[in-house]
Amino acid sequence: MSKYHVTTTINGDEVDFTCYADQTLLEVLREDLNMTGTKNGCGSGDCGACTVIVNGRPVNACLVLGAELDGANIETIEGMSTGTELHPLQQKFLDHAALQCGICTPGFLNMAKALLEKNPEPTETEVRYALAGNLCRCTGYDKIVRAVLDAAAEMRESTS
Amino acid sequence: MRYEAPETIEAAVALLAAAGKTARVFAGGTDLIIQIKEEMIEPGMLVDIKKIKETREVILDDDEIRIGASVTGAELGENKELKKLFPGVVEAVQLIGSDQVQGRATIGGNFCNASPAADSVPALIASGAKAVVAGPNGTRTAAVEDLLIKPGQLSLAPGELIISFCLSRPPKNTGDAYLRFIPRSEMDIAVVGAGVSVTLNPDGTCAAARVALGAVAPTARLVEQAPDILLGKELDERVLAELAAAASATCQPINDKRGTIKFRTSVAGVLACRAIKIAWERAEKN
Repeated sequence: MSKYHVTTTINGDEVDFTCYADQTLLEVLREDLNMTGTKNGCGSGDCGACTVIVNGRPVNACLVLGAELDGANIETIEGMSTGTELHPLQQKFLDHAALQCGICTPGFLNMAKALLEKNPEPTETEVRYALAGNLCRCTGYDKIVRAVLDAAAEMRESTS
Repeated sequence: MRYEAPETIEAAVALLAAAGKTARVFAGGTDLIIQIKEEMIEPGMLVDIKKIKETREVILDDDEIRIGASVTGAELGENKELKKLFPGVVEAVQLIGSDQVQGRATIGGNFCNASPAADSVPALIASGAKAVVAGPNGTRTAAVEDLLIKPGQLSLAPGELIISFCLSRPPKNTGDAYLRFIPRSEMDIAVVGAGVSVTLNPDGTCAAARVALGAVAPTARLVEQAPDILLGKELDERVLAELAAAASATCQPINDKRGTIKFRTSVAGVLACRAIKIAWERAEKN
């Protein structure tokens, strides 16, 4: 089976990789690029644990092929903080104890980041709908929703 | 497996025709990648059609609307003008999956996956959509309902692929709507889906109507009797009862974990009536 050479930008850096036609972005990230921050949950687009942002849109990395990403701009959890300074969403997840085992957290954070870029002042209902494709089996959603709303408020303050 | 991403329709057709049954058309991948990973299918080649301009465009001409097959749900939802013309079609596509899935899943893929419960299909049928099909013998158009054969199968010849969906610009006082029943508020597969498009006369009676149902038969189905019941009529209780009966009579559902035959048959009538009320209200305002 032949391999495909793909040039992408991941978290601002140019990253080249080669992959087989049936390799997903999730597999490329975790197995070839050693970027294990993106988690593998269901592998079928149901749980949202592998949510990353491709060309500005949140997607399930398990439902994207590596081979189709030539020229794509990819954002993963590894690029969310600025050095050691956490993104407001990351800090608020800590403050609100919006995680336990942490497997779902990178996906929730990316999804919430994509939501707040599109809608800086979401209602609670909008947050819940936007996060409907992300499953958490330990903390419960309430703390996550509160963390996102709190981060949104803080991010609005800091930009105003 | 090979991966190809042709930039023209001709190149895609040539690849598909040469590869025969082992090639699969690839767009958003939200169904196909799962089928590959679960070893339900083993394609020798994926032909990614997202680099073909005609599959990526939404063209709003004076008389005709064209929606490219590989336009995603998220993109359709952001197209305000299309949403104004065909709110039912756009709402139906936007019901598919999470926001992550919306960023990838395409209207053509939802159609070509040929699930009886596909949300976009009753809405496309109700709005009179035609599929533009390219193949080794050139391009043809076909009413979308005529391409549906059975679960997982469309009436496409080897080498053929769907490029876009074509809709007539709605006449004045036309409205469409799509509703589905699921036992939760989001993230589920239709137990019943109902798409409706109506056009009203200046006196407020029905000038044209199409009603289609999903998830209640091996393919989405047009309610053939709907025009007979509705044309020239106002939307009163008697007309609604007749429509509900006709919708239920169109059903040929299965029992499964999502719903029983009896439940689906009954809900089809209820949903058709609820959807036509929304479509009618929209038609009055357009």
